[in-house]
This record gives sequence, C-alpha cells and structure tokens, in this order.
Amino acid sequence: MNTLAFDLGIAFPGFTLDVAHEIPLHGITALFGPSGCGKSTLLRILAGLERQAMGRIDFAGETWQSGPGAKAMPTHKRGAGYVFQDARLFPHLDVAGNLHFAERRSRHVSSGIDFDQVVSALDLAPLLGRRVTSLSGGERQRVAIGRTLLTRPRLLLMDEPLAALDLKRKAEILPYIERLPVVFGVPAIYVSHDIDEVTRLAHRMMVLRDGRLLAAGPVEDVLERLDLPANGERFEPGVALTARIVSHDPHYQLSQLDLDGQHLSVPLVSGPIGSRLRLRIKARDVSIATRRPQDISIRNILAARIVEIVAPVEAAQADLLLEIGNGRHLRARITRASVHELGLAPGFGVFALVKSVTFDAPGFEAP
Amino acid sequence: MTIPDLGPLWLTLHLAALTTIILLIVGTPIAWWLSVTRSRLKAVVEAVTALPLVLPPTVLGFYMLVFFSPNSAIGGLWVEATGTKLTFSFTGLVVCSAIYSLPFTVQPLQSTFETLGRAPMEAAATLRAGPLDAFLTVISPMAARGYLTAVVLTFAHTIGEFGVVLMVGGNIPGETKVISIAIYEHVETIRYAEAHILSAGMLAFSFLVLLFVYVMNRRFPIHVGGST
Repeated sequence: MNTLAFDLGIAFPGFTLDVAHEIPLHGITALFGPSGCGKSTLLRILAGLERQAMGRIDFAGETWQSGPGAKAMPTHKRGAGYVFQDARLFPHLDVAGNLHFAERRSRHVSSGIDFDQVVSALDLAPLLGRRVTSLSGGERQRVAIGRTLLTRPRLLLMDEPLAALDLKRKAEILPYIERLPVVFGVPAIYVSHDIDEVTRLAHRMMVLRDGRLLAAGPVEDVLERLDLPANGERFEPGVALTARIVSHDPHYQLSQLDLDGQHLSVPLVSGPIGSRLRLRIKARDVSIATRRPQDISIRNILAARIVEIVAPVEAAQADLLLEIGNGRHLRARITRASVHELGLAPGFGVFALVKSVTFDAPGFEAP
Repeated sequence: MTIPDLGPLWLTLHLAALTTIILLIVGTPIAWWLSVTRSRLKAVVEAVTALPLVLPPTVLGFYMLVFFSPNSAIGGLWVEATGTKLTFSFTGLVVCSAIYSLPFTVQPLQSTFETLGRAPMEAAATLRAGPLDAFLTVISPMAARGYLTAVVLTFAHTIGEFGVVLMVGGNIPGETKVISIAIYEHVETIRYAEAHILSAGMLAFSFLVLLFVYVMNRRFPIHVGGST
C-alpha cells in the first residue's frame, strides 16, 4: 500500500520538533495536539514550506526530501494541496479567478477532478463572480478548499481550516470536508486541536505534544489509550465506538444501537436500520457499579471488565479502562475515593453506567 | 515674448520614461531580494541603495564624471564596446539617472513586498506555481499600488534632476539639455519670460500627474478580473 513516510526535525529558538511516522495514503489522518505542539509546523514541512527542516520524506516511493546536502523538492512540484487556516485567497482575483489559477496549473496532472465537479461538490456556483473580500469566513474557506482541490493534489494538507470560524459556520463546512476523501479520492492530513472535529472527520490520528509524537493509530484505538495526557487543551478523555442501528422507537423518540451484543438506547437518530454510526462516550459520562443497579433512570448499563486503573496520588480523579467485549473499550473517570471504597482492581467485572452519548456524525458510515 | 524651444521638455520626458522603465526592471529583483533575505549583506545593500537620498547631487555627479570619463576603466570599456561616450551624452544621463533615482524605485517596492509577507508566495507554491510564475501572477498584481508609487516617484524625481545632469551631462541641446538645465540657462541669461513658461509648465505638469495618480488610487482600488 502507498504510504507517506517521514522522519523529520526542525529547531526554532525555544522549540524543537522531532517526529517519525508512516501514514497510509487513503482517508483522513488527523494531526492532533494543543496549540504550539508543532502540528502546523509538521504540516508545513511536509508541504516544503520550512526550508530549515532536516530529515527525509518519502511519498509513495518518491523522495520529497532526503538527508542534509540533498536539495529538497520545491513545494510547487510536490503536488500537495494546502488549505491554510487563513484561506489566503488572492485578493486581486475574483472567486472564479482563484479557482482557475489552480486549475490552469494542474491540467497536466491526470486526475478525475474537474472544475464543475469541485464547484458543485462545494456549492461554489453562486460565489464564482464574487470578489474574495466580500466573502464570509465560511465561504472563504470553502473557496480555499475548492481551489486546493483544483490543483488536483496527490495529498491534501489542511491546517485547521475551521479554526477561525464560529460554531455555526463550522457546522456548515464540516459535511463538505467529510465527503472529500470519498468524492475526490485524495488522502488528507488534517490538523486540529479540536477533538470533536478529529473524531468526526478522521480515520486515524497522530497526537503531538511539545514537538514529539505521543500516540498514533486508528482514532478509536488512540482515544481509549489511558496514557494520553487527560489535561490536554480541549482534550476530553473518552472513546469513539462504531455501533449498528437496530431499531427506532418513534413513540419515545429513541433508537436502539447494537455494540457487539450489548445494547445502547439513545435519542432518535436518523439513518436506516442496519447502518453503522460512530459515537463517542466521554470518560466523565461513565459511572461504575459493582452490581447491576435497579430502579435507576440511566438506561445504558453495560457489563464490563476493568483492564487498567490509573489513579495518580496527586489527583482526585482516577481513570479506568474497561473492556466491554470483543476488544472494545470504554473509559470511565471516577474519584479515587470511589475506587478505594468499591474495592476496584484490574480484572474485576463491573457495570458501566453511560449517562450520555455524543454522535460524531449523524449517519456517518464508518469505513 | 518668445515661445521657448520645447526640445528640452521632450528630452526630459524621454529621459524620465526610459529611467523609470530601466529601474522597474533593475529595482524589482533588488527590492524582492531585500524583502526576503536573511543575509548579513542586507544592511550593506540597503545602505548603498539609499546613498543617493543623502548625498549632494554634486558628489554623485563628481564620482560619475570620474568613473564614466573615457580615460577611466568603466568609461573606457564603454567607448570600446559602443563607440560612444558616457559623459556628456544622453546614454550617460540615463545611466546616471538610474543610479540617482534607484532608492525611489527600490524603497516603495521593498516595503510593499514586506507588507505582503511570505503568505502569498507560499499559497501560490502550494497551487503548483513556480517562483517566477508566482511573482508575476500573484506578487506583482498584489503589489500594484507599490509599483504605482515607485513609478510616480521615480519619474517625478528624474524630471527634477539638476545637479547630476549639470556635472555629467552639461548643456548639449537635444542630447543633455533637459528642462531643468534649460530653465537655469534662461535665468542665467536673464530671459525670465522663457524661464517662466518652462517653470510654470513643469509645475502644472507635475501637479497634474500627481493628482491623476492619487485620484486613480482612491477611486479604483487595485483589482484585476480573474475569470478566463
């Protein structure tokens, strides 16, 4: 399988980055971490925008950068499209002019992407004659994404394209981004510090902290890892799971989901019976009981086994990793005092009380 | 009152236009280099470029006279190569004007390029545009105001040139007798009427050019239609 393999380093005053990894070239890979962890810098190095970067980059067998002394392939020859946080549309051209700028320079590239397809996929037709200075933030990013797609890229690099937008605008654009890898068949690396965006969009993720790679792998696997710093900026510990829709109950406005034999009852979701969707359960929304509770309003009670308990003495909270069958995991955050009083230890069978479930994408069809 | 000879006027405009064109070609790469370089030489090049701003024109003219004279290395080479002299010739005036007006081209361009920053070049590169392509199709149009300022300042400054011309060019009708020299000569020979006409013409012309530029600049913010 084609991969993007890299082993890179860069040193700025007060910051060094040193990351090696190999990413499969399909779907969306998220680069996740708090501000200043180096994720944007890594993306810029991959695009060839940081000249002082050291190390090597191999893209599907093609060398983009090798050791010292060897000249790195210049940005414009890499065929990596880049969506900047601040869009960077050209103000001297209108929307159509910006799109054509990219389209004209990529005609030699064999690719299924054509102008009309991009315009319709991103609903850009009404914007074509507009001046870029008259666009709203959300429109600007849509045009920027369209412009980047029209470079007919082999790899899409997206640097927090939604960071400058408010929640409403974000919600407008997310569905477009979600469809990109499917519609255009271009692998993407998506930088974000927002875990909601990551779980919604990405298939796998790399977690960066202080210029180092902390964890990498499928989103679901990475999220259930206990050794991730739980106090990370905007990082809410929890797990992402894929469940199947079993039935809908319009009377009580609930849907039944199947999680490898265990059932979850959630507020009515859209989507045909039998389709799969991704949901996220935050650690703080999971409580623990040693016996199956009776007469309780919580409807979702899953049988589980404790795999690991992390209870640092300087904290009030303890993090539990629970197995709920078939290699699937939940995380629970309870007080250290409860761990002690209930006599919890790895290997114990317990019941996980799930208070709330978040859906990353209604109707999201997990790959 | 006699109508003064208009030859000096045409010669002046010719000189200013030619100088402006040459400086746009020469000044652009210098200004671009200064705006992006991290070299230690930057300060040196900036200082050299700014020299014509502070030096008395006579100093500049004196050195040019020394270096361009047919007996000197540069001047001698020029005579061998072209068969013409650099001193007391129109060609020499063009070369001197280009040096004299250099900061008026380089400085506005450099500050415009610095204001634009790296972002547009980076964006263009990720859109598969090579450096020259990106410069011509993104940076240049985005720097249009800077170019307008550079053209106006360079053109106007060349028209106003006097000291250097007097030193290097002399007063040869049709060759080096530009309008400022002509006015000087009229005053010297106490022909105030002609001096008045030429001076008033210069004043009106300069004012109209500047007015046109500022009005255009305000009314039509730089924008180029991009649809193809």
